[in-house]
Amino acid sequence: MTKQRLVVIGNGMAGCRAVEEVLKRDPDLYEITIFGTEPRVNYDRIMLSPVLAGEKAFADIVLNDEAWYGDHAITLHAGCAVTEIDRQARLVRASDGTQAAYDRLILATGSDPVRLPLPGADLAGVVTFRDLDDVEAMVAAADAGGEAVVIGGGLLGLEAAYGLARRGMRATVIHLMDVLMERQLDESAGFLLRSALTDRGVETVLGAQSEAILGENGKVSGLQLKDGRIIPCSLLVMAVGIRPNTALAANCGLKVGRGVVVDDQMRTSDPAVFAIGECAEHRGIAYGLVAPIWEMCRTLADVLTGVDDCAYGGSVLQTRLKVSGVDVFSAGRFSGGEGCEDVVFRDAGRGVYKRVVLEQGRVAGAVLFGDVADGGWYFDLMKSQADVSELRETLIFGQAVTEALRGVDPKSAVAAMADSQEICGCNGVCKGAITTAIADLGLTTLEDVRAHTKASASCGSCTPLVEKLLAVTLGDAFQAQTGPKPVCGCTHHGHEVVRRRIVSEGLKSIPAVMQALEWTTPEGCASCRPALNYYLICAWPGDYQDDKQSRFVNERVHANIQKDGTYSVVPRMWGGMTSPQELRVIADVADKFAIPAVKVTGGQRIDLLGVKKDDLPAVWADLNAAGMVSGHAYAKGLRTVKTCVGTDWCRFGTQDSTGLGVRLEKFMWGSWAPAKVKLAVSGCPRNCAEATCKDIGVVCVDSGFEIHIGGAAGLHIQGTQLLTKVASEDEAVWTICAITQLYREEGWYLERIYKWMARVGLETIRAQVEDPHARKALYDRFAYSQRFSRTDPWAERVAGRHADEFNPLSRRLEFERA
Amino acid sequence: MNALVKDPQITWIDVGAATDIPRRGARRLKGPQGEIAIFRTGDGQVFALMDACPHKGGPLSQGIVHGASVTCPLHGRVIDLATGESLGADAGKGCAPVVPLQVRDGRLFIGLAGS
Repeated sequence: MTKQRLVVIGNGMAGCRAVEEVLKRDPDLYEITIFGTEPRVNYDRIMLSPVLAGEKAFADIVLNDEAWYGDHAITLHAGCAVTEIDRQARLVRASDGTQAAYDRLILATGSDPVRLPLPGADLAGVVTFRDLDDVEAMVAAADAGGEAVVIGGGLLGLEAAYGLARRGMRATVIHLMDVLMERQLDESAGFLLRSALTDRGVETVLGAQSEAILGENGKVSGLQLKDGRIIPCSLLVMAVGIRPNTALAANCGLKVGRGVVVDDQMRTSDPAVFAIGECAEHRGIAYGLVAPIWEMCRTLADVLTGVDDCAYGGSVLQTRLKVSGVDVFSAGRFSGGEGCEDVVFRDAGRGVYKRVVLEQGRVAGAVLFGDVADGGWYFDLMKSQADVSELRETLIFGQAVTEALRGVDPKSAVAAMADSQEICGCNGVCKGAITTAIADLGLTTLEDVRAHTKASASCGSCTPLVEKLLAVTLGDAFQAQTGPKPVCGCTHHGHEVVRRRIVSEGLKSIPAVMQALEWTTPEGCASCRPALNYYLICAWPGDYQDDKQSRFVNERVHANIQKDGTYSVVPRMWGGMTSPQELRVIADVADKFAIPAVKVTGGQRIDLLGVKKDDLPAVWADLNAAGMVSGHAYAKGLRTVKTCVGTDWCRFGTQDSTGLGVRLEKFMWGSWAPAKVKLAVSGCPRNCAEATCKDIGVVCVDSGFEIHIGGAAGLHIQGTQLLTKVASEDEAVWTICAITQLYREEGWYLERIYKWMARVGLETIRAQVEDPHARKALYDRFAYSQRFSRTDPWAERVAGRHADEFNPLSRRLEFERA
Repeated sequence: MNALVKDPQITWIDVGAATDIPRRGARRLKGPQGEIAIFRTGDGQVFALMDACPHKGGPLSQGIVHGASVTCPLHGRVIDLATGESLGADAGKGCAPVVPLQVRDGRLFIGLAGS
């Protein structure tokens, strides 16, 4: 019997694997011919990254050497591009005139890297990352040293950048999105990956759009971004995705979508022609990873060797990054969504982040960083759709723990632990040391155990284990203690620990805090995000970038939201002083924008109520033009400084209370605080400015200035307490700024000054502000912070900052439905 | 998603690019039945709801987005972005209607009833 002729276009991973699978099933069925455009045998394209990094040689990644082709009597036309498929004659023709007739044809033409059509894209030194030629070009460039830019922070781009950094280049990755590998990673894992890459000499620029490639003498010299930044480089790698190579198929009339369209048997619209790998589109998906390709090859081989009932049903994907020492795993719906539940585990000490997404008791996806040992297990659970409800408690700790504890209740599991097993990783305390201390020293509380063994005294993540040990050792005598109230349900840490560790560990972003303090949710909630944002602003003035999306609407929009979704606008009136000109402008604005209500506030200024959100920038522009700025009537920060008319007018006035109020407000405006801060200055003890129910109040007397703190006149009514008395106006300003700074640094988010005072004690505050050195240090920190705060947020937005916030997404719906 | 779900009862209207919505934020849109809020989560998923909290009608588009939920700016009710249902202690106490939304090639399409 004559053999059937099988022709394969593509000598890559898919084409050769398909041939191997066919040979495995029936070595004698086909006479096989393979065309490949690269002038070499088949190699493992995935391992090009380690070749680039110098961790492997080309010989290590060859999949099928020349002997393999010979042994199986395969005709290989290497370096020979097929230019035409004649489906009528069942013949393929190559550029060099080679022809081959087929009974069955396999298209395995793979994909081409996408080249961005940027100006300068044709300069020498601009490459993609697809084949060995690209790697050789990159290695040659790296030998000359210098700087490399990689456009694209996906899997391939990061591996390219890492490889180039390993070869001694300074590599910078430019990524359009805010998260590296955003198709595989959530923000928390992306943050850890970014830090790990920085440690390995790869810089990353996120949210950056490329504008043009710059060159000198026909050679690349840098990349210009849309925002004007220029990053110099002598090598530029584009790794922005792949495009299935479908030209051949389209030219011969096969059905082509994004890829060559195939059915579940990998058959194209011509039953004699099949397509597999990256060039194929199956059920609307063109895959770019290797696992689905192997599955396609198995199905195709079954079809070609006459196995009935075989079908490829699509693939569930998993991804791993090949950067030495950086373990990343991602699979399935890692970012959760409708009806999903997250289980999160973080180990700050080991740099581990794990997130497993459950849906109806089944694993729907996972993202792992730093410890990916259980990636395969989660992936299997996901593929098999096994019910894991019963494993819920231990799932996140991995397969070994889960299986060891299966059917065991957590208390007996703790009882069963060996005495030598470590409980507290931070302080290296074993189970035996804790149980011995409990028994010998008669410890009964968590605090006792912390004091005597240091277990659970640092990061606190072993607290549940220590409590179970107490319960097991003491039996019924143990009653669980309540520690400091956690910030919210996303963490077991209280505000104090969070604030202290942000400063002591130099944590400078929300993801950094969440990782270091082992937050138990992927990205926090509406309670903790604003708190962390404030703590970071306070700890790192001028350094931390405010996260607008972590602010309540009022602080994001710089106006106060009302019950009907409109806003109120309150311009600042310094110390409650205004002028005919300001009042005229306010009246004009109210008329021009048909503002329905104008009201005098309790803080001595004017409130424009009922402003539509879209009108806010225009309202502010008019107010700004008359010299007025935001009154921050919406801020967790300095609100008003109320004054009386003092010695300027009042026959009883003892000091210039208005002048002091204006001076304080002009210096302190724009400062953020844990909660709102209201000040007042009264010119004499008759106290017309009602200073003794404010957060900080000044009562002027003949001999100087009494400074009072801790008043409240809202939900809670309380008079102030006298903190201190100073002789001069300068000292009054220094002292008030020092108190404010102390509160800014120590207060818990949303804790007003009176509550903070009750918590820390008036004496503690007094000791700080009456010590001249401490007062000066506090004042200096406040003054430094104010260098970045006294900017009018209204003027910034009139100038176009965050313009999207105030415009509807689109007016198309209005047009279409008008 | 490569093709829009075909349903003669629904007209799909291109309202902008997914990246026009800030991450962990929202944008508003005037619809025939009232304001629509389109949200984008930290993970880049997009959702559309009528922009009115089931509690007191607060503009959900102005709330803080966390995970696949938003907290209403008026009284702090937490709403599931995928279903519009109230969450936590308010579970079962009403729902913000979901607006059909599809993403194709990075563009957002809002589905309106009728043609």
